[in-house]
Amino acid sequence: MLEIKNLHASIENKGILKGLNLKVNAGEVHAIMGPNGSGKSTLASVIAGREEYEVTEGEINYFGKEISELSPDERAREGIFLAFQYPVEIPGVSTTNFIKTAVNQVREYRGEKSLDAVSFLKVMKEKMKLVNIKQELLSRAINEGFSGGEKKRNEIFQMAMLEPKLSILDETDSGLDIDALKIVSRGVNALRSIDNATVVVTHYQRLLDYIVPDFVHVLIEGKIVKSGDKNLALELEEKGYDWIKVKN
Amino acid sequence: MSKDDKILKEFTSKEYEHGWSVDFEVDQAPRGLNEEVIKLISQKKEEPSWLLNWRLDAFENFKKMTEPDWSNLKIPKIDYQDISYYSAPKKKKMLNSIDEVDPELIKTFEKLGISLQEQKRLSGVAVDAVIDSVSIGTTFKEKLSELGIIFCSFSDAVKEHPNLVKKYLGKVVPSKDNYFACLNSAVFSDGSFCYIPKGVRCPMELSTYFRINASNTGQFERTLIIADEGSYVSYLEGCTAPMRDENQLHAAVVEIHAEKDAEVKYSTVQNWYPGDKEGKGGIYNFVTKRGICNGNNSKISWTQVETGSAITWKYPSCILKGDYSVGEFYSVAVTNNYQQADTGTKMIHIGKNTKSKIISKGISAGFSQNSYRGQVNVMKRAKNSRNFSQCDSLLLGNNCGAHTFPYIDIENKSSMVEHEATTSKIGEDQIFYCLQRGIDEENAIALIVNGYAKEVLKQLPMEFSVEAQKLLSLTLEGSVG
Repeated sequence: MLEIKNLHASIENKGILKGLNLKVNAGEVHAIMGPNGSGKSTLASVIAGREEYEVTEGEINYFGKEISELSPDERAREGIFLAFQYPVEIPGVSTTNFIKTAVNQVREYRGEKSLDAVSFLKVMKEKMKLVNIKQELLSRAINEGFSGGEKKRNEIFQMAMLEPKLSILDETDSGLDIDALKIVSRGVNALRSIDNATVVVTHYQRLLDYIVPDFVHVLIEGKIVKSGDKNLALELEEKGYDWIKVKN
Repeated sequence: MSKDDKILKEFTSKEYEHGWSVDFEVDQAPRGLNEEVIKLISQKKEEPSWLLNWRLDAFENFKKMTEPDWSNLKIPKIDYQDISYYSAPKKKKMLNSIDEVDPELIKTFEKLGISLQEQKRLSGVAVDAVIDSVSIGTTFKEKLSELGIIFCSFSDAVKEHPNLVKKYLGKVVPSKDNYFACLNSAVFSDGSFCYIPKGVRCPMELSTYFRINASNTGQFERTLIIADEGSYVSYLEGCTAPMRDENQLHAAVVEIHAEKDAEVKYSTVQNWYPGDKEGKGGIYNFVTKRGICNGNNSKISWTQVETGSAITWKYPSCILKGDYSVGEFYSVAVTNNYQQADTGTKMIHIGKNTKSKIISKGISAGFSQNSYRGQVNVMKRAKNSRNFSQCDSLLLGNNCGAHTFPYIDIENKSSMVEHEATTSKIGEDQIFYCLQRGIDEENAIALIVNGYAKEVLKQLPMEFSVEAQKLLSLTLEGSVG
C-alpha cells in the first residue's frame, strides 16, 4: 500500500528526514517510535502532503503511484487520513457540518452520491458509538473548547466517517488519560480490517498495549534505525532510546 | 508565488454574476444637477408642492455643503453634473396590477431569481421591484392591505398616503443630515414605503429589490418604514447592477420609525457591482440608514451583508429614544480586489435602560481596505444603559487592510459599555485541516469564512441566509491563505 524509499524532507531548508525507508501493507499496523525531534511528526506531515515540508529526495509510493506531487486534499480523497496531534479549531463551523462537507466531497470523488441529511445522520449515529461521542459535541464548533480527550476522540470519529485506507495517528495518545486512551484505542481497533493499514506515531509504549502493532520502527535523526515486532517497543521502554543510539 | 498566495488569487478572481444589462426604452433626464432637473423629477412624479419645496430646500443646502472627508476612503472626484438623476423604463400605459408590467422587466427580475408573479411566489415574500429611478411593481399589495399594512412604492405613497409621508419624511434623517442624504433629499426618485398598523404582525417578509440598469445614472431611492405601536415587520433589501466601466453613484436614504413595543428587523444583502479586478468601474454606495426607537420597549435590528460596491460608505444607526428600547447591528463586510468599505453604526442612547449590540465582521482580501467605524453615545439621562460591541477583522493575504475606529462617549455613571476587537489572518492550520479531510481549498475557505461570519448570518431570514452564504463564498472565490 505504502512504500517510502530513501525519503529526504526539510522545512525551511533544515533537513529533518534523511533517507527514510518504510513499507506498509494492507491489513498491517506499524508503530513509529522515537525521541523528540527525531522526525516522527514530520513523517506524518510529509505523507499527508503538508506544504511547508519539502521533499528533497526519494519517493512516496501509495498503491504504486508516486504521490509527492499530489495536493493534501487529493491525497485525502485517495484515502490517506491523518489524525492530528493538535486538532485545529474552526470557530463557527459545527463538527457535523465540517464532517458532512468532507464526507460528501470524498464521496463525490469516488463517484458516489452525496449523503442526504437523513442518511448522513444515520451513519453518524452508528459511528458515534465507536468512540463514545455525544450528539451535543457534534453540534459545537469543531474542536472549539473541546477537552484533550474530546479532540482525540473526534479525530478517530472522523476517521470512522471517512473510511480511509491508510490512517496515520500522530501522537494520538498525547494528553490522554488512561480511560480516554482505552476509548480511542478501541475505536481504532474496531476500524482495523484486511483492506486498510494504520501507522501509529508515538513516544510511548503505553499506547501499543491497546493498539497492538505488527511492526515497530525506531526513528532516530530522520532515519529508521531499527525495526522489529511489538517486543521491540517493550525493550525500548525498558532500555530507553540511548540503547539504540549507542549501538549505532 | 507561495501556495497561499495562489489559493488567495484563485479565490478572489471570481466574476460578478449580475453584470448583464437589459435594453428597454427609458425615459431619462438630461445629465446635470439643477433646479430644473429637480422640478422635472417632481413633475414626473406628480408631486404636491410641499414635496417639491422640500426638495428645493434640500438642494439649496446641498449647494453649501462639501463632501465628507473623515472616512478612511479614497474617493475619486465625482462630477455631480455628469450624472442623470432620473431614468425610468418607459411605461406604455397606467398599470393596474403587476401582471401588466412589461414582460421584459419581469424577465429582468426573473434573471435575478426574483419572481414578480404572485402565483409563483412560494415563500411568502412580498416584493417591491425598483429599477433605476422607479418602482415597477409591488406584489401581495392586496393581501397585505387586508391587515391594514401599506406596502407600496414611495411615489404611490406620496399620492395615496400623503399625510403619513408628510408626517414621517425626513424626521430621522433630516434633509441636511449629511452631504449624500441632502443630495438624495433633492433628487430622490422612488423607493419603498411601508406602514404596519398598531398591533399587527406582518405575516410575510417585505422586500425591496433595487436594480440599476441604465448607464450614466445614479440611483437615489428613499425607503420609509413605520411600525406603529406593538407591530412587527421583517424587511429585506437586495441590490445588483450591470458591469460598467464607469462608476455609478447610489445614494439612498432609509428611515425607520418604531413606536412603542414595535419591532423592525431590516436585512440587507448588498451586491452592487464592485468593479473589475483592477478596480475599474463599480458602484459608489453612499447610503444613510437610520432608525428611531421612538416608543418604550421598541426594537430596531439592522443586519447587513456587504459584498459589492467599489466604495461603501454606510452606517445604519439607531436612536434609542424610548426607555427600554433596543438597537442591534449585525454586519459582515467583505472587500476584495480594490474595493473599499468604511462601514459601521451609531447607537445613540437617549432613553433609560436602553440596550445596544454591535457585531461587526470584516473580511478583507486582495488589495482592498475595510474599515469599521462605530459610535456609541450614552446621553446623560440614558441611565442604566448597556452596549456591547464586537468588531472582528479577518485578513486574507498580505496586501489588504483592516481598520477599526470605535468612538465611545458616555455621559452617565450607571451605564456600561463593552468593546471587543480582534484581527486575525485566516489560518494555514485551519486550511490544512480541511484539506486533509478531502475538502478542497475553495470549499475550505468558504467553510472557514462562513463560520467566522456565522453570528451575523444566523440573524438573516432563512432564505436570505443561504443566499448570503453563497455570496460570501463567491465574492472571495479565487482569494485566500
